[in-house]
Amino acid sequence: MKRHLLEAADLDRADATLVLDTAAQIESALAGREVKKLPTLRGRTVVNLFFEDSTRTRISFELAAKRLSADVINFSAKGSSVSKGESLKDTALTLEAMGADGIVVRHGASGAPHRLATWVAGSVVNAGDGTHEHPTQALLDAYTIRQRLGRLEGVKVVITGDVLHSRVARSNVWLLHTLGAEVTLVAPPTLLPVGVGSWPVTVSYDLDAVLPAADVVMMLRVQGERMNASFFPSAREYSRRYGLDAERMARLSDDAIVMHPGPMNRGMEIAADVADSPRSTIVEQVGNGVSVRMAVLYLLLGGPA
Amino acid sequence: MAPPSTLSSAGPGDPQQLLSADDVPRVVDRIAHQLIERAASSTSSGDGLADLVLIGIPTRGAPLARRLAARIEAFTGTAVDVGTVDITLYRDDLRTRGVRALEDTRLPDAGIDGRLVVLVDDVLFSGRSVRAALDGLRDVGRPRAVQLAVLVDRGHRELPIKADFVGKNVPTSRSQQVRVRLAEVDGEDGVTITGGEQ
Repeated sequence: MKRHLLEAADLDRADATLVLDTAAQIESALAGREVKKLPTLRGRTVVNLFFEDSTRTRISFELAAKRLSADVINFSAKGSSVSKGESLKDTALTLEAMGADGIVVRHGASGAPHRLATWVAGSVVNAGDGTHEHPTQALLDAYTIRQRLGRLEGVKVVITGDVLHSRVARSNVWLLHTLGAEVTLVAPPTLLPVGVGSWPVTVSYDLDAVLPAADVVMMLRVQGERMNASFFPSAREYSRRYGLDAERMARLSDDAIVMHPGPMNRGMEIAADVADSPRSTIVEQVGNGVSVRMAVLYLLLGGPA
Repeated sequence: MAPPSTLSSAGPGDPQQLLSADDVPRVVDRIAHQLIERAASSTSSGDGLADLVLIGIPTRGAPLARRLAARIEAFTGTAVDVGTVDITLYRDDLRTRGVRALEDTRLPDAGIDGRLVVLVDDVLFSGRSVRAALDGLRDVGRPRAVQLAVLVDRGHRELPIKADFVGKNVPTSRSQQVRVRLAEVDGEDGVTITGGEQ
């Protein structure tokens, strides 16, 4: 493993598999135990540095660090000196001076974790930067697919929705490709990035056509906060063409699963009865996130400083 | 074909054989008999085997525990619970020696509460692995008692830990390496010692 986890594109197959295997061992070691805590990172400090809102990612990282006995400091930009104008660099140097061994960072600007990694001595974990990457989400998605289907090699994954703004989609494209899965992106042309032609994916504009062959359908959130232009005519039209409802779900093969990174817009990209169906792994994904993040923190912070 | 078995015939760097492929199963059988005896005397009802859980410390302690259980079953007809506890996340040398891949942790469905747990490992050296395993067990449950069975005790303890069942005691120097091979992991059985001046 490298010292930081900045993007899924950094991970080679051996590293990615090591994370998934480690997560699986941690999960089975803790299963059914009364004391769900390991002493591995005792005396290490992990800072959760969140410049953007988050529920599950921040809580998931906090829980993962605490289960490994690390000391956790939660920092959110709201209510900190950032609102007084302190820069990312000064914030980072402050945390560094306080002895942070690991910094988990979420930032609205793509590339912020990369900059941060050049300023601090500790390990940096990207917990989502702008529209760039969200590598631990991709790792927990890959973990969930492997757990449900038993393999990743050759698995056909359809990722549908706002690919343009989605760091989850980017991380998944690279990681799933590295792990041997075949990715198809489905989105309105306005929600695909310009450079998508150079990605290791197939692109389609017709969700119904690709569903029958899919093993996994991953629905992306329509990001209301980033819908600053006319990407599609209306929510209703988007939902009809690219949303997953019960009728569409019926086209899937028997073993296919439905994923969503959360938070969901029920009724928009995913219908409520689909989200709550047995095919849906949405709740499992959250649980798996803790195991995967424990694996990442162990591998990055467990060894020599 | 047989590897050299005495110091005089071996070069300084050559491995010396401590236990041959035929010796290992015999030693395992002896420990199995001792476990049966000890388990029987440890409860008033006389059938302590139902109470017994063999927990292997990966890597080689795990197949060793399974072998001991199989031999106990062969001798007595009673199946004994077996499990493994990976100690990696409890080690005290991760900072100095780096992280490594984890191995299986599998506990019997009946758990370990109130039972006689025998930890099984291949080599007892500093005692730090056993310390880590004891910490691990404490998070899993509360056994009635914990004992330790090892194939080889090579001395040089760094902690106050002592084995209850020992296959072979071997005086070594710190710089020597004791290597246990088991058919399940390495393709064949055998114990060798390499290097160092005695």
